[in-house]
Amino acid sequence: MAEGATNRLNLERLIACPKCDAVYEIVEPAPRERAVCARCHTVLIAPRRRAGKQLIAMAVTVLILIVAASVFPFLRIGAGGVHNDSSILDAAFAFSGPLAALSLAVLGFIVVVPMMRLMLLIYVLVPVVRNRPAAPGARAAFRFAESLGPWSMAEIFALGCAVALVKISDLAEVNFGPAFWMFAVLVVMIVVQDTLMCRYSVWKSLET
Amino acid sequence: MEVAGDIRTAREMGLVACTRCTRVWPAGTEACARCGQHLASRDTTSLQRVWAWWIVGLICYIPANIYPMLETRTLFIRQDNTIVGGAVELAQHGNWAIAGVILAASVLIPIGKFIAVAGLAIGVTRGARLSRERRHQLYEVVEYIGRWSMIDVFVVAILSSLVQLHALASITPGRASLFFALSVIFTMLSAQSFDSRLIWDADRAERRKGRGADA
Repeated sequence: MAEGATNRLNLERLIACPKCDAVYEIVEPAPRERAVCARCHTVLIAPRRRAGKQLIAMAVTVLILIVAASVFPFLRIGAGGVHNDSSILDAAFAFSGPLAALSLAVLGFIVVVPMMRLMLLIYVLVPVVRNRPAAPGARAAFRFAESLGPWSMAEIFALGCAVALVKISDLAEVNFGPAFWMFAVLVVMIVVQDTLMCRYSVWKSLET
Repeated sequence: MEVAGDIRTAREMGLVACTRCTRVWPAGTEACARCGQHLASRDTTSLQRVWAWWIVGLICYIPANIYPMLETRTLFIRQDNTIVGGAVELAQHGNWAIAGVILAASVLIPIGKFIAVAGLAIGVTRGARLSRERRHQLYEVVEYIGRWSMIDVFVVAILSSLVQLHALASITPGRASLFFALSVIFTMLSAQSFDSRLIWDADRAERRKGRGADA
């Protein structure tokens, strides 16, 4: 396998683990099965039937949820007759004065980056699913979407809501706003989306 | 995926692998023709960048613990809480569980991350006692857990936007929140800079040395 490997045709049948550099001959796993690196257990290929359509549907849903959750209040607090509620935009702009830069970062992590990532994903996947040629700049778009991954923190913010709730529940009366439930759904969807996503399959379908 | 005998790396086969789309190319290829990613068999500046981000991250972690994270004003008192101070106070009020969670999330995990990343980087240059499988697991855990530390900053944002009850009670974010966020960002960048393929290389070189000594 090694000797003839410089042959271009042969190289197409190989896959390298991005985490440990081990090379394998590609064996397309059956749907719902996964190909895993034998020594570092990184998932290499995890195809799902109709994953593309499901991913698009989920991306659209999450996108709508983020927009809606940004404007509706997610927690409401009351004590001694005074009430206040807070939306995601309120939370992001809680930092002022010398901390204003943090407001932009928080807004980026929980709204802008997740939305951008989802929109890029939709842009890349729609032509693929419809068996059209790849969208212009699709490869750069998907590469960028992938690199945004770790900085998309909507689900972490959702868990932060739960922590904040516990922290102040004995100081004041706290109620959930509509956005809280949207965010709860969003967390589940983001986790499912991650398991559906097979990078190898996407790259393969973007190949010309 | 079927493996026959010894696993061979792309480098050993005279190939270079794309870390983004897993395609392999002949060694010396500049960019991946499938996804456009810049190709390098090993990221030679990896450890330098790991240490650079690690150091700034650690520097930011110090003021993050000295300055107050939250400033709480109620009718009678005005109180500044550092990360540890807040947890200690919760514990004094009997909220041991929450105090424990906060200490774990904002103290144990960040410090553990610094130690783990440093350990991985030192392991590559000087050899390590842990097996490569263990070190790879450690790397995966650090990469996965890194972003979750940002939860503290989000909690501060939520609390200070929510608890605005005029004179009754109000919470404003303290300076530590900025440093804490920076520290999280820098340690994430540090972990991302680490080329995990180095873990496996170093070990391979050692084994060869070992085999040579036996013979």
